[in-house]
Amino acid sequence: MEAERMIALLWDMLLARAFEERAAEEYTKGNIAGFLHLYPGEEAVAVGVLHAAEPSDYIVSTYLEHVHAMVCGIPPRTVMAELFGKKDGCSHGMGGSMHLFDRERRFMGGYAIVGETYPVAAGIGYAIAMRELPEAAICFFGDGAVNQGTFHEALNMVALWRLPVLFVCENNHYQIGTEIHRHSAVAEVHKRACGYRIPARRVDGMDVLQVHRATQEALEQIRAGNGPQFLEFETYRFRGHSMADPGTYRPKVEVQAFENTDPITVAIAETLPRYPTPEEIAAAGPDSIGHLADHLDRAGHLPPVGLEALRAEVARIVDEAVRFAEASPEPTLEDARAYLECNRGAEVLI
Amino acid sequence: MSDPIYYWQALNQALDAELAADDAVFVLGEDVGLYGGSYRVTEGLYARYGEWRLRDTPISEGGFTGLGVGAALVGMRPVVEIMTINFALLALDAIINMAAKVPFMSGGQFPMPLVVRMPGGVAKQLAAQHSQRLEQTLMNVPGLRIAVPATPQDAWWQLRQAIRSEEPIIVLEHELLYFSKGSLDQALEPPPMHRARIHRQGSDLSIVTYSRMLDLSLQAASQLSDRGIEAEVIDLRSLRPIDWDTCHGSVEKTHRLLVVEEDSCLAGAGAELVAGLTERAFYALDAPPQRVAGLEIPIPYNGTLEAASIPRPSDIVRAAERLCAD
Repeated sequence: MEAERMIALLWDMLLARAFEERAAEEYTKGNIAGFLHLYPGEEAVAVGVLHAAEPSDYIVSTYLEHVHAMVCGIPPRTVMAELFGKKDGCSHGMGGSMHLFDRERRFMGGYAIVGETYPVAAGIGYAIAMRELPEAAICFFGDGAVNQGTFHEALNMVALWRLPVLFVCENNHYQIGTEIHRHSAVAEVHKRACGYRIPARRVDGMDVLQVHRATQEALEQIRAGNGPQFLEFETYRFRGHSMADPGTYRPKVEVQAFENTDPITVAIAETLPRYPTPEEIAAAGPDSIGHLADHLDRAGHLPPVGLEALRAEVARIVDEAVRFAEASPEPTLEDARAYLECNRGAEVLI
Repeated sequence: MSDPIYYWQALNQALDAELAADDAVFVLGEDVGLYGGSYRVTEGLYARYGEWRLRDTPISEGGFTGLGVGAALVGMRPVVEIMTINFALLALDAIINMAAKVPFMSGGQFPMPLVVRMPGGVAKQLAAQHSQRLEQTLMNVPGLRIAVPATPQDAWWQLRQAIRSEEPIIVLEHELLYFSKGSLDQALEPPPMHRARIHRQGSDLSIVTYSRMLDLSLQAASQLSDRGIEAEVIDLRSLRPIDWDTCHGSVEKTHRLLVVEEDSCLAGAGAELVAGLTERAFYALDAPPQRVAGLEIPIPYNGTLEAASIPRPSDIVRAAERLCAD
């Protein structure tokens, strides 16, 4: 992968991390309400997958979708404004954190009933197949979502009609507080796709380059007309399920183990011509991101200004996003009614 | 005007016309393709339009209705057939949580030209799990529209209007209407999709009804006329939105309201009509509005009990006489 692409991946991951941490802060200040689910730890999945997609592909995501939305090109300011419930949000304040939409960018939504993304992606895939276009529907879901009936219903239909759908399981090992071995008889999620003869792989979801490569390969197969593909990315969320969840059910040692494979750390490492040695990592101290700045500098892959400059720029964008969200007006009840009837046009009902 | 045709044939012709008019229209559901539809509604269309536009689905109501939602989001015009409304309970997430809400939740960004067709109601001894009426559930969903055609002419008009609309529309049919006959004039200009229709003029009471109960209400009105009571019979044609003006105008004229519904009484369409018309026309009413509705029991298999569980013309006549005696 060329250095430019690697920097772009790193940039999106840094932005994702900074955005989500700031969202948590704004939530505690009361600027964001409702349910707020945050993505830190899983950045490599959304970033790796969506960098391998084309702008003509459709993205269907869950309620844990801020990062997916931003990687698709929705400006952080309109995502933040949506979290604030403001009129300039990407769903004009009607959807909130769990329901980001952007028709122009083919971001087909955040769906907050677990298991809804499959049939929506199947329907988009059906439309693509009917129109014989070289597009794909990319369907995100968590490990906890694979026990809904719609999973099996949609996989069956998509396989039966060979629809251009890429299933992307973000396996973070927990459905809220229930660990995967306590919610799934078969904990290797990708194996379930075999029941529908959908080619499936398990990939390290903490390594953005592996995610990117696997997605590219899967999409090539789909565009070649070979039907659906299924990727399971093993990942981990550093926070609880939502802001209402302290995540105390998870053993400390497990959280630490995954934090050591922080995907941002890994991404930084992969912008190097070689991985750092264990000694180098140990010498760098506990800050998993910061200690790799040196390596980046030495590799010469970062802009001359360096990693800290990237971080500063990301922080500036997030600050600006919050200011934009604060300044944006509240939507009115008239707006809400107009959105409800947006598709009525000149139609006379009665 | 042509010879009378079956209600299913009117639906079939409507689908044929829309499939021919727009490549984005496709029909999906169990046995809608090769088999031609459980009630013959899609007969002959598979041969004409092929499998992508007449898609036989697995038995996955939640899945294929949700698939319709996804296709509608990208500008297709799916017509989902759910074999009977009883199975729609498995598809309510797609209908209520998705179809009705996504255009709104997205701040008005997405179209939802989705039609979900399904027959509801009590047929002939199909027992409780196949005799559901679900209008009360669907009526309570902002974002949905519900058409309830009672005649072949309305079936033709309303299904075509539904397919052409950008909003999600439930077309609520009735198993016992598929093989009822009526005239169809394809050249007639349709009224607005949700406007009620006064089927019979009368001065003594207003009977407001819909779907299969229209025919029973007209039978009752004829019997009432023999006894000197002239009922005005209104076919709602739509349960959401409700054409309040037509109903209100009638009640202002007759001063008495009787709602006839097949669904059970509690919190149903009749409850809404009585409440809405009482709010609008309280001082015009000469007597408390009445409802004739299905009993508050699951529908029994036994034929005699089944018949007794839903309104019969004699029940409507009795209720009307009581109402007019007040």
